[in-house]
Amino acid sequence: MVGVIPLSYYLAISAVLFVMGALGVLVRRNPLIIFMSIELMLNAANLAFLAFARALNVLTGQIFVLFVMTVAAAEVAVGLALIVVIFRTKHSIDVDLMSSLKG
Amino acid sequence: MNFTLILFIILAVVAFASALGLLVSRNAVYAALFLVLNFATVAVFYLLLGAPFIALAQVTVYAGAIMVLFLFVIMLLGAEKLPKGQVLPWQRPLAIGLAALLLAEAGFLLFQRLRLTASLSNPDASVNTTEALRTLAVTLFNQYLLPFEVTSVLLLVAMVGAIVLTKKEKGEEA
Repeated sequence: MVGVIPLSYYLAISAVLFVMGALGVLVRRNPLIIFMSIELMLNAANLAFLAFARALNVLTGQIFVLFVMTVAAAEVAVGLALIVVIFRTKHSIDVDLMSSLKG
Repeated sequence: MNFTLILFIILAVVAFASALGLLVSRNAVYAALFLVLNFATVAVFYLLLGAPFIALAQVTVYAGAIMVLFLFVIMLLGAEKLPKGQVLPWQRPLAIGLAALLLAEAGFLLFQRLRLTASLSNPDASVNTTEALRTLAVTLFNQYLLPFEVTSVLLLVAMVGAIVLTKKEKGEEA
């Protein structure tokens, strides 16, 4: 049969992308790149949703991906607004400087 | 070795490489462009999975709207590069160790526990018809109508929140 890919391949690439996003959140100190890593993780989850939707032959996975995209867009809008405000008060956006609440 | 598998492997390599580029690039603009490439390859994965509508939404919403917002903020703040601050010596090894652990867990779950045997064949031409799109829309606007309305409220809240957060207080110097 032509053109058959096991479901586990898709889930494996999804897992790898998710782990790379998590690694980005852990090691980078530029909050903009941390945000991009979060987007990468959301994207990996979307890929898993669609792979399962295709395997189980249901549409629900596609609907959920639409919702995840909406949440990602809202998250980016608010997050970038926060970064702009932090830059205005601290004149830098290094995450190490965001420690005003530290006891 | 069939054609789809070769395509899949090429896409997987590009997706992995662009995610790696996002992780290691010093310049935030390069990181954003690597992420655009990653979103584009994932959109092709969506096409392979028989979801053309989601693939195009991915390109317009993620690679279009969200990344333009990112690039705008990067250039507005001049945050392409951050000055080198103090580096915690144990941070990077610890993070890589934790990520490796997470990946090992995912691999164990996928290939030892679940042992998924399902295979996904290529989507046939029926996913490109308006009928397929209509089925998606009917599901969205009947079964999932309430969540759909809630997302519209969520977008409104995010919009108001972003405006209120960045608004200058009265009498504050620009």
